[in-house]
Amino acid sequence: MAEEQKTGTVSGVNGNMITVVFDTQVVQNEVAYVLTGDMRLKSEVIRVRDRVADLQVYEQSGGIRVGDKVEFTDELLSVQLGPGLLTKVYDGLQNPLAELAEESGFFLQRGLYFPPLDMETKWEFTPTAEVGAELRAGETLGTVPEGIFEHRIMLPFGWSGKWRVTEIAEKKEFSLKEHVATVEQNGEQRQVFMVQSWPVRVPISNYSKKMLPSETLVTQQRIVDTFFPVAKGGTFCTPGPFGAGKTVLQHALSQFSQVDVVVVAACGERAGEVVEILREYPELEDPRTGRSLMDRTIIICNTSSMPVAAREASIYTSVTLAEYYRQMGLNVLLLADSTSRWAQALREMSGRLEEIPGEEAFPAYLESLIAGFYERAGLVRLYDGSTGSVTIGGAVSPAGGNFEEPVTQATLKVVGGFLGLSRDRANARRFPAIDPLESWSKYPPIVERKKVRQASDILRRGNEINQMMKVVGEEGTPISDFVVHLKGELLDSVYLQQNTFDKVDGATSAERQQYCFEKIIQILHQEFQFENKDQARRFFNQLRQLLIDWNYEEFESDNFQQSEEKINQMLNGQES
Amino acid sequence: MKKIHHRIIEISGNVISVDAENIAYNTLAEVTTGDQVSLAQVIRLEGKRVYLQVFAGSRGISTDSQVRFLGKPMQVTSSENILGRVFTGSGTPRDQGPHLRESMIDIGTPSVNPARRIIPSNMIRTGLPMIDVFNSLVESQKLPIFSSAGEPYNELLARIAMQAEVDIIMIGGMGLKHDDYIFFRDTLEEKGALTRSVMFIHTASDPVVECLLVPDMTLAVAENYAVNGKRVLVLLTDMTSFCDALKEIAITMEQIPSNRGYPGDLYSQLASRYEKAVDFEGAGSITILSVTTMPGDDVTHPVPDNTGYITEGQFYLTNQRIDPFGSLSRLKQLVNDKTRPDHRPIMDNMIRLYADYRETLEKRSMGFRMNEWDQKLLRYGGLFEERMMDLDVNINLEEALDQGWQTLAECFESSEVGLKSDLINNYWPQNGSNSQNSDDQTNGQDQTD
Repeated sequence: MAEEQKTGTVSGVNGNMITVVFDTQVVQNEVAYVLTGDMRLKSEVIRVRDRVADLQVYEQSGGIRVGDKVEFTDELLSVQLGPGLLTKVYDGLQNPLAELAEESGFFLQRGLYFPPLDMETKWEFTPTAEVGAELRAGETLGTVPEGIFEHRIMLPFGWSGKWRVTEIAEKKEFSLKEHVATVEQNGEQRQVFMVQSWPVRVPISNYSKKMLPSETLVTQQRIVDTFFPVAKGGTFCTPGPFGAGKTVLQHALSQFSQVDVVVVAACGERAGEVVEILREYPELEDPRTGRSLMDRTIIICNTSSMPVAAREASIYTSVTLAEYYRQMGLNVLLLADSTSRWAQALREMSGRLEEIPGEEAFPAYLESLIAGFYERAGLVRLYDGSTGSVTIGGAVSPAGGNFEEPVTQATLKVVGGFLGLSRDRANARRFPAIDPLESWSKYPPIVERKKVRQASDILRRGNEINQMMKVVGEEGTPISDFVVHLKGELLDSVYLQQNTFDKVDGATSAERQQYCFEKIIQILHQEFQFENKDQARRFFNQLRQLLIDWNYEEFESDNFQQSEEKINQMLNGQES
Repeated sequence: MKKIHHRIIEISGNVISVDAENIAYNTLAEVTTGDQVSLAQVIRLEGKRVYLQVFAGSRGISTDSQVRFLGKPMQVTSSENILGRVFTGSGTPRDQGPHLRESMIDIGTPSVNPARRIIPSNMIRTGLPMIDVFNSLVESQKLPIFSSAGEPYNELLARIAMQAEVDIIMIGGMGLKHDDYIFFRDTLEEKGALTRSVMFIHTASDPVVECLLVPDMTLAVAENYAVNGKRVLVLLTDMTSFCDALKEIAITMEQIPSNRGYPGDLYSQLASRYEKAVDFEGAGSITILSVTTMPGDDVTHPVPDNTGYITEGQFYLTNQRIDPFGSLSRLKQLVNDKTRPDHRPIMDNMIRLYADYRETLEKRSMGFRMNEWDQKLLRYGGLFEERMMDLDVNINLEEALDQGWQTLAECFESSEVGLKSDLINNYWPQNGSNSQNSDDQTNGQDQTD
């Protein structure tokens, strides 16, 4: 490969798209470097016409001249997979940002690339395969400990057929530069390293089958787990206008979800939001493991002011890393914030390519790309019988908060859960601002479905009565209806709303949800007798107060029980 | 490279093209027609053909105008002498002062490495309860004021700038009325802030391309100060003019428009400017306050819409007030837990009650009978608007919080406001509270401030 460098010459520049006349041949989507001044700028072939290739440059293109030389690499845009990915912060092209900062200070210097994994670090390899074993791509040769996980060293995913192990290292420390096994197929010998590379736009599919997601992924957000649940291996989207709390919700999900690995893809959003994760997660403890939250997190961060082409790639980079950890039998949650920015990156490039635009100038292939992305989620059975999952949650930022736009619509077609955020709820400070009347989920909740339906029913009727009251007035509303309205409001304010920033209320375990939801259902079913509406309102205000206090008490603590006792007294007092 | 090109092939909008070789993308050229000299920037290369955007516009450019390529990108001076000066969008002095050509720095510098940012933690006090209490402004925040035409947004901007404790004030004016420019200059001068300010001003009558340069010029200077340890406040008004300039250029360049004529990269363009707001680890900071006028008062218009997704919140200025709904400071959570323990609950509950008040107003306007609760809300809403929302109110945060409790106690019983009991015990004004039990007569009126 290295014997003959394929080259080309720049013949045009338009924003971050350049046209290159190539000398021999090119491969669609291969990586190339533009040599301009003393810099090598990474770019990717995105269209070929005759002897001319269009390349998107993953950097600002200022300073590029017609006549600059271009080197083609023959390799598709790929990521490095191996131990050491967890806790890392990468840009969209898997450059480690911390290392970049050490080299270039405050600013991201153009043309500066670093290896994503430290090649010197030693990892203790424990073989699990034996000499003579016949392995398929994706099957495990051995493991190394990475944080709390056994990181599987697998036969590279792209090698087809069966390979026989001819040599395997003993339990010992190795760096990523050293090979740990040798395998053979039809006389061809290959060495296996602990790191492998994989093209980001191709799904990793080295498993025996994809299964139906059925187990609930507990996020500890009451409105999600009880009303609009997410399943391990499922997909969901959280569209919402700005200011509706998309990012706060995504942070809560990444922090409190009960999964093994979280990949956060900050795609074209504010840098400040990533910084919060960056600085806070190392300090926060993951209650499941007792270790820092960062130990289970990978951050792919291509924020809005970073180059647009790399933003487009960042979505694929992050889903590839998620799939890699799924291969180890782990449950991975990928949170992409926001897929609309990714779609916009596609739109910018499509515009430069002068393609015929679809709706709102998005390219016509937008839908299939969105579908392709979400389809990379899933619960799979691996070759060794264990299961792993990738759950994808995509934030969508619809223009004007209008869900009718192309990105939201294309997303809704392919996801299993829709957590629609509403500006009205956000304005009324009802957080999380997931609209309980609009949202839906196809996955099983952690409580009885029947009861959820009953609760939703009261919510819906309460809302209808409220609308009606706006027309006919409170005096024209029968007290029985009025109480239904109050019940709906109560359910909303003490169960659906949740204070993410509170230590206790921020995360509600599945057990607590099941327990508290019973109480709520009991209240919703209870018949109340009131003299007049003011009395009813007063009663529910007080009850709300008690329930809110209850929410802030540690589950099953003394205070929790005392609070509950007060609630019971109040309910019993009413009954008599 | 200093060869002069004579034959201009195409003139269209503000864009001209010439044939030239070995020209670098985004670098500058000088276009000379008779005595007129204007800068221009390379915005597209196609084989030999070089497309240039002429800063002063293409009016008067002849097919044999001279084009001389300078071989460097757009730069701005970072000289110490820049303080107190006023420039145009292309960096020439707008005041009587001399040209500054020393220590030139590039504009439109690369993005800050997210790994080198820190979580902002300093509140900027403004003396406006609607900001300090409900949506605290934080150092290094980027926050636009969404406003309809005719609202006093520039006055608000100037007032915040004068009260904020910062080292340097940068003002970038785009499409400003000449009066507004004079207003800013005079305000700075009056308050003695001119000596720590720099202004880049594009007025409505200046060439449109210069409008595009204003944010980059302003932010490049700001960044230079911030890296050297200064706390900089950048005021950008009005970003909608900037976006309209983008639209104009994009359409001239025959780009496919995405939404109401704006180019598809509007989001990225805005983001690359707003994201300059930063708190550097071990150095200074940049805080950006901007104005985005909403055409037709429509927040779903592409400019405010894209802006809202980029910035860390927004202030809505309507009817001479900062509207509590929709206004949001996303960073307030970082600072409002360090002020007083009642800050957050007061913030949430007063807004929630005010929302109820608005609903009641609606009911009343439809002619419904007001019940006891409605009466309380009506009273509360009136007091809230008078004590908190009026832009003339100028009190510090602590006074404003006390005022909040007072207002609640005057209107409601402690069990009605939905606050946690321990807070009620601590802060509920004893003398102003209503009787413990829920009797029908309200006696909150006896309280005066």
